[in-house]
Amino acid sequence: MKTATSAASPTAGTEPALRSAGTKIGYGILYFVLYSAAIIQMIPLVWLLFFSLKNNQEVFNLPPLALPKHPKWENYQNVWSQGNIERYFLNSVWITIIAVVLTILLASFVTYAITRMRWKLRPLVLGLFMTGMMIPVHSTLIPLFNLFQKVGLTDSQLSIILSYTAFNLPITIMILLGFYYALPREVEEAAIMDGCTVNRMFFRIVLPMTLSVIVTAAIINMIYNWNEFIFVNTFISSDNLKTLTVGVQNFVGQYTTDWGAIGATLMISILPILIVFLLLSNKIVEGIAAGSVKG
Amino acid sequence: MDKVMSNKKIIALYVLPALLLILTIIYTPIVLTGYYGLMEWDGVSAMSFIGLENYATLMKDGAFWSSVYHSFLFALLSTVSLAVYMLISLILAGSIKGAGLLRKIYLIPMLLSSVAIAQLWLKIYHPTNGMLNAFLSSIGVENTPAWLSDTKLVLGALFVPILWQYAGFYILIYYAALKNIPASLVEAARIDGANPWQIALKIKLPLISEVIKVTIVLAVVGSLKYFDLIYVMTDGGPNGASEVMASYMYHKAFRGFDFGYGSAIGFFLLIICMLATWGIRKLTASDDTIQYS
Repeated sequence: MKTATSAASPTAGTEPALRSAGTKIGYGILYFVLYSAAIIQMIPLVWLLFFSLKNNQEVFNLPPLALPKHPKWENYQNVWSQGNIERYFLNSVWITIIAVVLTILLASFVTYAITRMRWKLRPLVLGLFMTGMMIPVHSTLIPLFNLFQKVGLTDSQLSIILSYTAFNLPITIMILLGFYYALPREVEEAAIMDGCTVNRMFFRIVLPMTLSVIVTAAIINMIYNWNEFIFVNTFISSDNLKTLTVGVQNFVGQYTTDWGAIGATLMISILPILIVFLLLSNKIVEGIAAGSVKG
Repeated sequence: MDKVMSNKKIIALYVLPALLLILTIIYTPIVLTGYYGLMEWDGVSAMSFIGLENYATLMKDGAFWSSVYHSFLFALLSTVSLAVYMLISLILAGSIKGAGLLRKIYLIPMLLSSVAIAQLWLKIYHPTNGMLNAFLSSIGVENTPAWLSDTKLVLGALFVPILWQYAGFYILIYYAALKNIPASLVEAARIDGANPWQIALKIKLPLISEVIKVTIVLAVVGSLKYFDLIYVMTDGGPNGASEVMASYMYHKAFRGFDFGYGSAIGFFLLIICMLATWGIRKLTASDDTIQYS
């Protein structure tokens, strides 16, 4: 595939020497464009890191992309202890973990029943799960708020966990489906012949065999849950139950003038995602490609 | 084997928990939002049935239609920007060194929360100390704009972080699709004397047309649902200049305590998203399905 080169190179028939010179220039331009785009994607984040290490005086007087002589790491210490950031962070961690585990387990059950078991309503149920992906969260917000109020779940983290699980089931099932369809059935058939029960087979054979796609789905789920805003913002009113995304929003609203503190808070909120990205970027790419029907 | 695998009890055990959850949390609410739209309701006291009054008011509500217009403007811009992402992906999927690393770097903003991105871009656009105006002043621009409080600039200013956030997502999808095209097809066209433009337009794009359709649906429906970023950055302001459908619904319901009217907007949003999905599918439907190999 030489599309890249030739997109900018002269048409066929020109002298070879000229063509290779043209090719080189063409390549140069293409690399320039692609790497500029990469820099544009990174600069705002680099700038964020830098101003999270400055005090206001340095933010206002130094050039945007200059580091201060003494980076103010204490910005991070200060926001972690003040303003409930530690509380928000722990809430985010545990809500994310519980919702991810619940989603993966329920989605694996459904995917298993859809790909392996025989029942009439299978196409309808699959359709319901897949259509769930297109439904805007906002259209469900008011009735959900009312529902949770009626059953006493407003201002409870359970309402958040249930909502995350429900809305992430479709994409999780979608990611799992492809893998389940491709999985050879011989092992399962042999196990059934040997008198293994379906439950035992599911937990002992199928779940372990799908571990790699489970990891992929779990990371995608983790990113969505960690970043979710509108459910927590709508359903949770007590400050000590909020997650980091909403907490950060409140914190930044209160401290609009302290740039270092805001920068440090934002860095803390995105750091877990950046770490997961550095360690598992291939899995993330795989998961997004497999579940690309969700926007 | 057949008998074991069609055991109704086990099937119910495996499917029902998840099914009940989505029926309760996704499907019941979308029916209810249409129903609540027929009510006058402040969210606290009892509802009273008022028929289609909310929907009739909605049809005449200028502020609502202006939010619909903004949402569709975002949808249009997002769709047009797909062409740029496609161009980058075509280049990237050629023989470019470091393509794998580049597309991962492009993807980073998409993984971050819209709230964090919104807060960051609020700072970038800060009239006096933001990165953008600092840069503009340094190259001699006087009277640097107040990006987010200027009614003429605010929509454009909001669209830039949206582009920045989602570029990597679409590039990743296009790149994966382009890499899936059998090399033999491209090779055959080249031997027949097709130039790269022709190969891209006549061979590659038609082969990945299904993926392109999906991304158009994603871009349009995704734009119609924008909320987080706009809510945090401008809250629909200044003076409604950046209000979109979802933020208008949120304001009416959770700030104005007009939950009946908010529900009607929510129902309208649902219908528009469904219609858009269906319409794009219909418009882009082709009779001839393409065989890969």
